[in-house]
Amino acid sequence: MSTKLIDANNLKKSFGNFVAVDNIDLAVNRGEVVGFLGPNGAGKSTTMKMLTGFLEPDSGKILINNIDLKLYPLQAKQLIGYLPEGAPSYSDMEVSEFLSFVGKMRGIDDRNTLNNRLEDMANQINLKDVWNRPIETLSKGFKRRVGIAQALIHDPDILILDEPTDGLDPNQKYEMRNLIKTISKNKAIVISTHILEEVEAVCSRAVIIANGKLLANEKPENLGKNLNQKSVMSILVSNKINSTFSKEIKANFKNNKIEVQTIDNSYCKILIEGDEKSLELNKILTQLKKQKLNVVEAFFVRPSLDEIFRVITQNK
Amino acid sequence: MNTYLNKTYIIFDRELKGYFRTPLASIFLLVFLSLSSGMTFFLGRFFERDQADLTAFFSWHPWLFLILMPAIGMRLWAEERRSGTIELLITLPVTNTQLVIGKFMASWIFTLIALILSTPIWITVNYLGDPDNNVIFVSYIGSWLMAGAFLALTSCLSTLTKNQVIAFIISSISGFILIMAGFSLILSAVRSWAPVWITETIGSMSFLSHFSRIQMGVFDLSSLIFFLSMIILCLWINIQLVQIKKAD
Repeated sequence: MSTKLIDANNLKKSFGNFVAVDNIDLAVNRGEVVGFLGPNGAGKSTTMKMLTGFLEPDSGKILINNIDLKLYPLQAKQLIGYLPEGAPSYSDMEVSEFLSFVGKMRGIDDRNTLNNRLEDMANQINLKDVWNRPIETLSKGFKRRVGIAQALIHDPDILILDEPTDGLDPNQKYEMRNLIKTISKNKAIVISTHILEEVEAVCSRAVIIANGKLLANEKPENLGKNLNQKSVMSILVSNKINSTFSKEIKANFKNNKIEVQTIDNSYCKILIEGDEKSLELNKILTQLKKQKLNVVEAFFVRPSLDEIFRVITQNK
Repeated sequence: MNTYLNKTYIIFDRELKGYFRTPLASIFLLVFLSLSSGMTFFLGRFFERDQADLTAFFSWHPWLFLILMPAIGMRLWAEERRSGTIELLITLPVTNTQLVIGKFMASWIFTLIALILSTPIWITVNYLGDPDNNVIFVSYIGSWLMAGAFLALTSCLSTLTKNQVIAFIISSISGFILIMAGFSLILSAVRSWAPVWITETIGSMSFLSHFSRIQMGVFDLSSLIFFLSMIILCLWINIQLVQIKKAD
């Protein structure tokens, strides 16, 4: 039996002539946080809606902890906590009432258990100050927190969160990311986000989709490695470099693209581009020392996740 | 079975309390009681008739329900789709049948509360005369069943739109057609092209005709079955439409 908590294969979904999801596979194990990345209209939300049972795929199979979502939807849905996009809720209900309603609908029959879970949510998600307020009176950030709480109320093994930090201020985003990291040890979590730094901060794996197709499925730090993206070494020297000197430096690094920038009267920056194999730090520093350059600082400028995302989604 | 009914009850409870969380309940009850009383005593000429019965009260119910039942039922599904809570509901471990029945029962019980609040007029007519209380009791049951049929129709139609006003309008129009189904206004539009059996079937679906028979005190099983069947049919269609329209 598979250890995957989410195992989706060959998912396809069309709306009329528009193909929203085109043959996507996704597997998530316990302890993983998978970040779903993609431009608007890529198919992220549609995929999440299929994983939660809101939409039926045109083809493909979804197993939730080895339970077929199509054949046994009630049992499968019981294992999932879902935060839909926009964090919808019944705005006329108070926070406590709404969470109590969702808890009961999620099968928490025992009153003591329900009360304990409600108290956990009030503390863990910092909802005590708004506990007895109608949801319609809350700020966007608090509404989002209520949405997270209803997804967590029954302590599910699987969490599917559609843009969980949307609308939160920086402090709240930080708290939310910490919460996701804390609970991820025992759960399989899928989050969709536009914020690439969130993927780096929280996710153990990043899945990039565009035009309904899965383009990448890697650890965030490995995402750029298959793209033959060039690396750049940035070296700060306390020398003035004129055009003649610049030509001499370039002549010594024939296999690399060199750019020399004047910072001020005392400092210049040398940018050496190439693949990582050609950028051996010791060799470069030795070469520069021979040319009587005083190196103050040297570091690799790796391609940002923004750039990788742009290359992947626009080139394929 | 217990869990099945339990979840239906949880949905029912949430929906019924939802009516009372907003001014909707108070306004509806005030409007219903005011209009029904006003129509009974002024338009129905309750005192001038000098009859110890509630014909003047019940004869207005089809027309009151034509407007008031869509007002209660228009938000049942249209609002869920507009606000996005439909996505929350469908992804809970609950069937569409439980959702539809729970919501419908909440609106139907709310209507029952309104009818119960009108019973002072029953007490009044007993104080003033010696009415046939069996007829009045059967009329109340018939009125509640007819209200249920209107509500089931509205609930079904509210899944077709995210806009409550549109849900109200199409429900009112559909309700009007069903009230007048046995009359030439509707039958003449159908008679020219439809086979006789269709014309007769439509004619037999008149809410007004069925309710009039119940009102006369005739415990007409066929009329009671008609309203119950309408409720069941509309709720069944409702369940299918929730599945079809949820992602629109």
